[in-house]
Amino acid sequence: MATVASPHPPGAFEITLENLFSFPQGRRVLTCLQCGTCTATCPYGVGMQYPPRRIIGMLRTGQLEKVLTSDSLLSCVACYACTAKCPRGIELTTVLLPLLKEQMLLSLPEVPSELQRALENMLRYGNPMGESPRKRAAWAKTSSIPIRILPEDPRTTDVLWFVECYTSYHPRGQDTARATAKIFQALGIDFAILGNEEKCAGECVRLSGEPGLHNTLMEYNMQVFRKYKFNSIVTSCPHAYDAFRYSYRTAGFDYELRLATTFLAQHLEALRPMLRGKAGYTVTYHDSCCMGRHNGFYEEPRTLLQAIPGIKLVEMTHNRVNTICCGGGGGGMWLDTYYKAKGYERLSERRVKEAVATGADVLAVACPYEISRFEDAVKVLGYDKRMIVRDITELLVESMEGEI
Amino acid sequence: MKIVVLLKMVPDVVEELEIAPDGKSLDTTYLRMILNDSDNHALEEALLLKERHGGKVCLLAPDAPEVDDALFAALAKGADRAVKIAGIDAAEGTRAVVARIVQALSTADLLPADLILTGAQAIDDLDGLVAPLLAQTLRWSHLSVVNQVRFDASTGVTTVTKEFPGGLRAEFEIKLPAVLGIQSAEKPPRYVPVAKVRAAMKSLQIDSTTVPIAAGMPALEIQSMAKPSAAGHAEMLEGLPEAVAGKLCDVLAAHGLL
Amino acid sequence: MSGNIWVVAALCRGRLLDATYEAVALGRELAENLGTKLEVLLLGHELKDVLGTLGIADAVLCVEHAALADPVPEVHAHVVARLAGTRHPQAILVPQTNVTWELGSLVAGELGVPYVNSCTELRMVEQTLEAHTVLYGGKVEAIVRTKHAPSIFGLVSGVRAVEKGYADHAPATERITEVDVQPTSVQLRRYLEPEAGDIDISKEEVLVGVGRGIETRDNLEVSKELADVLGGAICGSRPVIDQGWLPLSRQVGKSGATVKPKLYIAAGISGAPEHVEGMKGSGLIIAINSDPQAPIFQVAHYGIVAKLLDVLPALTEAIRSRSRRGMKQYA
Repeated sequence: MATVASPHPPGAFEITLENLFSFPQGRRVLTCLQCGTCTATCPYGVGMQYPPRRIIGMLRTGQLEKVLTSDSLLSCVACYACTAKCPRGIELTTVLLPLLKEQMLLSLPEVPSELQRALENMLRYGNPMGESPRKRAAWAKTSSIPIRILPEDPRTTDVLWFVECYTSYHPRGQDTARATAKIFQALGIDFAILGNEEKCAGECVRLSGEPGLHNTLMEYNMQVFRKYKFNSIVTSCPHAYDAFRYSYRTAGFDYELRLATTFLAQHLEALRPMLRGKAGYTVTYHDSCCMGRHNGFYEEPRTLLQAIPGIKLVEMTHNRVNTICCGGGGGGMWLDTYYKAKGYERLSERRVKEAVATGADVLAVACPYEISRFEDAVKVLGYDKRMIVRDITELLVESMEGEI
Repeated sequence: MKIVVLLKMVPDVVEELEIAPDGKSLDTTYLRMILNDSDNHALEEALLLKERHGGKVCLLAPDAPEVDDALFAALAKGADRAVKIAGIDAAEGTRAVVARIVQALSTADLLPADLILTGAQAIDDLDGLVAPLLAQTLRWSHLSVVNQVRFDASTGVTTVTKEFPGGLRAEFEIKLPAVLGIQSAEKPPRYVPVAKVRAAMKSLQIDSTTVPIAAGMPALEIQSMAKPSAAGHAEMLEGLPEAVAGKLCDVLAAHGLL
Repeated sequence: MSGNIWVVAALCRGRLLDATYEAVALGRELAENLGTKLEVLLLGHELKDVLGTLGIADAVLCVEHAALADPVPEVHAHVVARLAGTRHPQAILVPQTNVTWELGSLVAGELGVPYVNSCTELRMVEQTLEAHTVLYGGKVEAIVRTKHAPSIFGLVSGVRAVEKGYADHAPATERITEVDVQPTSVQLRRYLEPEAGDIDISKEEVLVGVGRGIETRDNLEVSKELADVLGGAICGSRPVIDQGWLPLSRQVGKSGATVKPKLYIAAGISGAPEHVEGMKGSGLIIAINSDPQAPIFQVAHYGIVAKLLDVLPALTEAIRSRSRRGMKQYA
């Protein structure tokens, strides 16, 4: 399979606020109609002092200072809704907002402590939770499938599995890791992980306004990649996928790349006969912003779910390009307290309400951020008797093991 | 206002600490060093004072693994100069280290200064606290467990707030120069974007000074080190949340608490 | 004959802090061990009110001087050092409260004698004083020995039970009024009371203490609900207070309140010594933490390794349903 084509021209990551208008993507900002679609589609647009439409207006009239010293941009959860809906094709989430957020982070008198801690942890420990880097592959010891760890066994591998932070450390993420390993083994995939040498890819870091930290993580991970021989990279995290697909290009990333979900969808014909257990439940699937709106993977997860015998898939009102963000992107994962103080509704709760309204028993996800966010929302809203949250890989393994 | 901030690297307890085969020191195989938390607060308090009253913030730190990262981050936050004291052995006693600091203050040309700020304590303090010992040696005023430093430029009066038990605080007037052991800064230590740290690494440099070890300052000798024994360990309750909750209820009931 | 054991009393606004009695209890054992006397060193001004509970000691050396009225560490330390220079105690025990924080280091510095920080245990082994100390936030215990007399020992809070050092009578008292007062450039101006209007957590019988493991402010709610069904209150460790999630009046630990409720539930509290010293005297301690290595499990009577959001609501519900059942029985 050929490496994916980047929708961004190579220069996209060389744009700065100063040279913005010398790039086509930058000049496109000047074509803004001030129609307000971006603000209307923004999940936190109502609460922002300077919502996207105003920001563009102020940028054009040279009043950016006010935007950069306000905390409006912290409300951007990098959900790509404004970018997807803009009639002029202005790349807000991918180009303009990260540039502004970078300046904001330099000007803000105080960074919300939760976000600050996550960023500091990411730099020091390579994960936002501040967990020990030495314990990154600790989950592998709890896996029933032997997991090859490259630093210990550096032979060439077909697939380098980039596990990522939440899948490595979060107890529910580890469930996904173990499930993924089981499927890989059943499919006869030759795979290995980087173990303690892996660090966060840093996509959320860049989109929360810390490109320097993103670059540090990128340079580090690229060095680690170059140490080993493998044919392709598969990652469990859409955010890592996104970073590798776009920003890591600037550091020479040209490996064959797939997201675990799309990788498994490609192996569906081999997988299908193994899916023996009949599912007696109804499932609804949440499109991750990063995976769907920004990378266009809408059908692969649904195809996998529908391959489970007896499963009934129902759609939420907002699906595919209209999905509602879980609130975890662009640093939102570490701004829950800040949003709460602002009086914002939690986006994960908004989403779970919609999922429950479908009557589904299971909310299926494919992004490791979402399990913890949605499980929390399900509990907070008191729906824990009505709905469970599962990663697609977990549902596949249940069917493979006939445990339904 | 001229402020010197003493920074110290200490073992990072996020990584599991292991005892070396000699049974009396830490195994350094996986040991990582991190800036002592209350020293980070001392730095923040110094930066706040500089922002309010102008002046210079100079950093002085015993050389240690990863100290350069901490010093560049502090420079990027707004400190003006950083000096490392080369060749200090981690096993030197606090008093020997303080004697070296006193010499380094001169050799690195950091005196006169109005204030020396450092953390009220470090997690590896075994045989003394730096702030009081340094004040004693320099014959400067001193207070520790400080959580606020205020300078009134019109009267030249410095007031320092010290934490007491029970949420009580005491406000002291203190004459400068003074050494203060900071417990916590008025605001949490600020964030510094990595790009700024990288820029500091490119444009700034860390000075180094060498001072001889002071004679006649024996350190305490550690006989043995161990991780706390499991003897005093809690009885662990296991199971699913509902099952654990049930067991806990039994415990509470047995203690007459339900 | 060996010198006496001294305990330097920790006084805050004319009131003895509990750490003093804890030090007295340990000092008593040490003095028996060595066949020597235990003396409490009381520094201040107009001190008679506090003598009546120090009877576990053999004597109180009551050093009274107007210059000692306020807790200026360098002034107090100089007086202790001078007295030690003439009376030759074998060991000086200093409880490490925020009031006496600097004292041990300063006295040792002035006398040029060894100081051991954060001691949890002291005993005589082979004619040598052996101290157990905690390092690295309680992650490691170290043993050191010192033959020097005097040696100075800073004691972490909770080295012994307060009751063991508490008496209802005064010991023999020696008043010392001739003291060498060192001039100082540190003056106490005033005390700042903690923010009023809140409950006094030291008077609560049930406390749910929350720590950094609570992760977000939202999770405070589940802790509050638990405290509510138990008829108690919520309190926190320093990070939670620093975060602004709870007022300063709810802080437990070295800089906050020392609490001894019948029940203390430590939710997401790792167990840093600064926090533990404020709650280890609690009747029943239950710790919930996602890290099985958290030091709080060394202190707790019962422990659960789990996510707070899993266990706290389940526990709240379980307690509710039991109380309901209980009520039915009586109905």
